[in-house]
Amino acid sequence: MKYIDEYRDKTLVEQIVKKIAMVSEKPITLMEVCGGHTWAIQKFGIPSLLPKNINLVSGPGCPVCVTSRGFIDRAVAYSRLKDVIITTYGDLIRVPGSTSSLNLEKSRGADVRIVYSVLDALKIAQENSQKKIVFLGVGFETTAPGSAVGLINAMKDNINNFYLLSSHKIMPPAMSALIDEGVKIDGYLAPGHVSVVTGAKIYDGIPAKYGVGCVISGFEPVDILQSVYMLAKQITNHDCKVEIQYKRAVTYQGNVRAQEALNEVFSLRDDWWRGLGVLKDSGMAVNEKYCKHDAEIMIPVEVEPTKEDKGCICGEILKGLKKPVDCKLFGKACTSSNPVGACMVSHEGACNAYFRFNK
Amino acid sequence: MKETILLGHGSGGKLSHELIKNLFVKYFDNAILKQQTDAALLQLNRTKIAFTTDSYVIDPVFFPGGNIGKLAVCGTVNDISVSGAKPLYISAAFIIEEGFPLTDLEKIVSAMADEAKKAGVLIVTGDTKVVSKGQCDKVFINTAGIGVHEEKYCEIGLGVKIKTGDKIIINGSIADHGMAIMAVRNFGNFEADIKSDCASLNGLIQKILNTGSRINFMRDATRGGMATVLCELAEQLKLGVEIEEFRVPVNENVRGMCELLGFDPFYVANEGKVILVVHPDDAELVLETMKLHELGKDASIIGEIVEAHPSKAILNTGIGGKRIIDMLAGEQLPRIC
Repeated sequence: MKYIDEYRDKTLVEQIVKKIAMVSEKPITLMEVCGGHTWAIQKFGIPSLLPKNINLVSGPGCPVCVTSRGFIDRAVAYSRLKDVIITTYGDLIRVPGSTSSLNLEKSRGADVRIVYSVLDALKIAQENSQKKIVFLGVGFETTAPGSAVGLINAMKDNINNFYLLSSHKIMPPAMSALIDEGVKIDGYLAPGHVSVVTGAKIYDGIPAKYGVGCVISGFEPVDILQSVYMLAKQITNHDCKVEIQYKRAVTYQGNVRAQEALNEVFSLRDDWWRGLGVLKDSGMAVNEKYCKHDAEIMIPVEVEPTKEDKGCICGEILKGLKKPVDCKLFGKACTSSNPVGACMVSHEGACNAYFRFNK
Repeated sequence: MKETILLGHGSGGKLSHELIKNLFVKYFDNAILKQQTDAALLQLNRTKIAFTTDSYVIDPVFFPGGNIGKLAVCGTVNDISVSGAKPLYISAAFIIEEGFPLTDLEKIVSAMADEAKKAGVLIVTGDTKVVSKGQCDKVFINTAGIGVHEEKYCEIGLGVKIKTGDKIIINGSIADHGMAIMAVRNFGNFEADIKSDCASLNGLIQKILNTGSRINFMRDATRGGMATVLCELAEQLKLGVEIEEFRVPVNENVRGMCELLGFDPFYVANEGKVILVVHPDDAELVLETMKLHELGKDASIIGEIVEAHPSKAILNTGIGGKRIIDMLAGEQLPRIC
């Protein structure tokens, strides 16, 4: 298949692996920030190919994983209202809240619908004018423009029963916070899809402030391995900088129209990240202009008190301090069919990827 | 969290297995059921009988490559056939929603008749129930099937003869059925030329058995996809299963749609695929025989039974990496980004 097979070429993979081995023998720890990378790395069996001195750790870039239980609890509370239809991307429905999940509420009769695009959710809103349609906005700069367009269209077309519950977040504050907290990383495999929207420019501060390089990587095995090679070379040459490996999709400036949509609809707020706590200006809240489509403001609901699970080390896993196998719940109390922590739920979560491909 | 039934309990993956083990097998407990084969193996006087049942609740009722009726006959025929038996008789019970168009029902029934004729089985008994609007979705079909075993084939479904070195063969491309359904169900405007592989496999299987090759195991890979069969196999055998990714046939259109939605074709449903475990010396003959049959022209030897990593199925990825093939936990859900 065109644009796929070239990037999964076994001979090319072998050549890059050899080059990685030649460029550095010192132990190097690289963090793949994005959950999509974690998934691809495990799916293609990349750790089994890398030289022993290269250690890949998973970062906080799985949207489902960093989302707070409080957000799920609120979505569950909305799903229990008779006049609400929840629309969401598929991954989210299995994430456990404090005492329930959307999957469980669905089996009890709640109207929870999986959609593939915010436009599907808008259509549901138009077809069910007597109901309130709540779209669950999770994810980073990748999925946020979609939500923004949803609100812009809802405003334009007077779809007044469409609401966004936003848990959208931006990536750079988390990447800085990890290093500020003392997590030892020699380089970042920077997220590909986020960067398509934001451009490479958002990472400029990281090499300058922390001396840690960022290579924006694509999602195919050749992309990931080439990015590892570029980072290893930067480290060996003491030349840390922002580089784009994923040139077929990412530019320095990014997608300006998508950035404009984000600026139109959202304003930054302090936000809570699993494992990292509250980070300043890291979340995207619906701004005043669009507040009549903000679920949090327009649909008051009583949300149960949030309880975090004891014993789950999702937080440390998301910071790359620990691997899934270090968690005493992993593979025992917490499995992919009965997840305790969010990292086990999403296919992009580090625990899920380890459990499915590596256990 | 688990006090109600979730859709995942019907996915054919881990949750289904837990439900079967912890509820059905626990209460219905008997030696025949415990073998957990596609068709139960019964001894009536001197005849060995294969007996199976299945229900069909597919949405949409009509899909590219077939309809619920054709699917019901194929599925039942296949469950009997992979146990090594010759399918003979089928029952068909209909649960129909009030208001369902008679012309649609006729299309379904005539497709069942056609498929039964093609497969050489008779539909000999049935039942009809009509429920109020909303109490079922259009039409559900339950079937049972009976076949007879030749003595020499009756252990095929159990897999007791499998040994290290045996080859694993599949009769063609995976994930066609699941993605065809996905395309019409969720993307009415998704212009994908993907057809369900829904087909009765007894003709192909008979040709394979006629070669006299040592067929040590067969199972049709339906819900839960090829991966689920491979995992069940490894778990049951206490031997390792090793699969070469590049040898697993996947149609380009199906692959494209899977890439787009973040689905793994290994876990997507098939309705006309059989996985065989064959003695290594007979594998080439079986493969050649399959390739001469319409339903086996894309057959491929995809892997083998190994001594290493007992009870685990391992995939050698196309790029030369290694990873585990695990059973699907719940429904396969599209990823967020």
